[in-house]
Amino acid sequence: MLKYANPTLFSGLVAKVLPWLCGATALAFAIGLWGAFFASPADYQQGDTVRIMYIHVPAAWLSMFCYATMTASALGTLVWRHPLADAAQKAAAPLGAGFTFICLVTGSLWGKPMWGTWWVWDARLTSVLVLFVIYLGLIALWQTIEEPSRAARAAAILTLVGVVNLPIIKFSVDWWNTLHQPASVFRLGGPTIAASMLWPLLTMGVAFTLLFTTLHLMSTRNEILRRRLRRLAIQAAGGGAAARPAHSLTMQEGAP
Amino acid sequence: MSRSPLAALFLREIRVARRIGGGGMMGVVFFLILVTITPFAIGPDLNLLSRIGPAILWIAALLSTLLGLDRLFQADHEDGSLDLMLACETPLELIVLVKCAAHWTVTGLPLVIAAPLFGLMLALEPDSFWAVAASLLVGTPALTLLGAIGAALTVTLRRGGLLTAILVLPLAIPLLIFGVSAAAAATSATTPFLTPFLILCALTLSAIAAAPFAVAAALRHMSE
Repeated sequence: MLKYANPTLFSGLVAKVLPWLCGATALAFAIGLWGAFFASPADYQQGDTVRIMYIHVPAAWLSMFCYATMTASALGTLVWRHPLADAAQKAAAPLGAGFTFICLVTGSLWGKPMWGTWWVWDARLTSVLVLFVIYLGLIALWQTIEEPSRAARAAAILTLVGVVNLPIIKFSVDWWNTLHQPASVFRLGGPTIAASMLWPLLTMGVAFTLLFTTLHLMSTRNEILRRRLRRLAIQAAGGGAAARPAHSLTMQEGAP
Repeated sequence: MSRSPLAALFLREIRVARRIGGGGMMGVVFFLILVTITPFAIGPDLNLLSRIGPAILWIAALLSTLLGLDRLFQADHEDGSLDLMLACETPLELIVLVKCAAHWTVTGLPLVIAAPLFGLMLALEPDSFWAVAASLLVGTPALTLLGAIGAALTVTLRRGGLLTAILVLPLAIPLLIFGVSAAAAATSATTPFLTPFLILCALTLSAIAAAPFAVAAALRHMSE
């Protein structure tokens, strides 16, 4: 398993598993969306608005899962100085920002008919907004520092500092009893959600996780290729003198 | 006569900040300007101002602390003294702590002293003067330390000021929440002063304990 930390082997592995992952993602989304929009019943209080939850909740899970992935990669960057960890970390930031954005927008769309307002300064909402801003800050940091390995180390330190926000998001609904409802799936004593609604939700959770894995692997591979291109460009620009003799040699050989 | 290196560093920082180009007093002037422009933006209604005055003072302190921090390590990076600090025997974490303490003495402490005066301009109740000053006294060291993380991460960048603010402001939100609720407690009957104030103390103590390690790690990694 550890040998796939080599970027070349990693790219080969990604090329092999990617078609299967894409297929599995499409299948999971097909089942999950069918379950969410057709097979599951409407809520007795919320009506059809409850179907927003099948997008909102998995996006919220993934927004945090993505940060956890980034934290693990950040440790890889700082402890082992591994270039693959750098690439994984960089690839995760925009994905995390995307999932957090989906989570905020769908939550807002659900909040208007249910709570009567697009946005409240509730503890859960605010802490997720802070997560979104941290993602944007990380992307800004990646875009500002030119040298990739230095940018990776800076982003890793900031990621590790920002990880204090994750438990705040998770427990915000328990610590501050405000508008957002408490956890209803992963809790002691089993989920408080009807089985007919639970299975589409969990399927959508699997589908979102597969989507994230697929996109993350693709994006990490692209980042490895981008780094390789950058190295080649630097070599071509700086090592032009070293490259020329070999080139002229072939010319001479071809000349007579 | 020999002085401990940390004491020498503290004195050096203060001396550098008071010289031309140090910009020690700029934070208070910026604080004053922020407090001055707010009534122009929201109107000179004294009741409204006295209600949101503690919040204005805290936001002004937050911004003037953070915007003054971009030079904390940059000047040392440019003239090479940061390399000396990285190479010397004294632990970098302690050096960071002393540098932050000196920076706070020059920029944060004047804000705390000036806050009651500016509170007068914002028509605060006399009771809340000391609450605002106390919450700022406890909260601004944590702001300096958090900002130092951003300053260390952007130490090699030419224009790190705005980026520092973007990186650090989300992390400063808990301080703002508890700082403002402690500062506003004197005028509102609903919340007690001590609860948010003690949480603010706890946040500052944990920042003093943890932030120097993050700053030192960032400086080591960034100046390689």
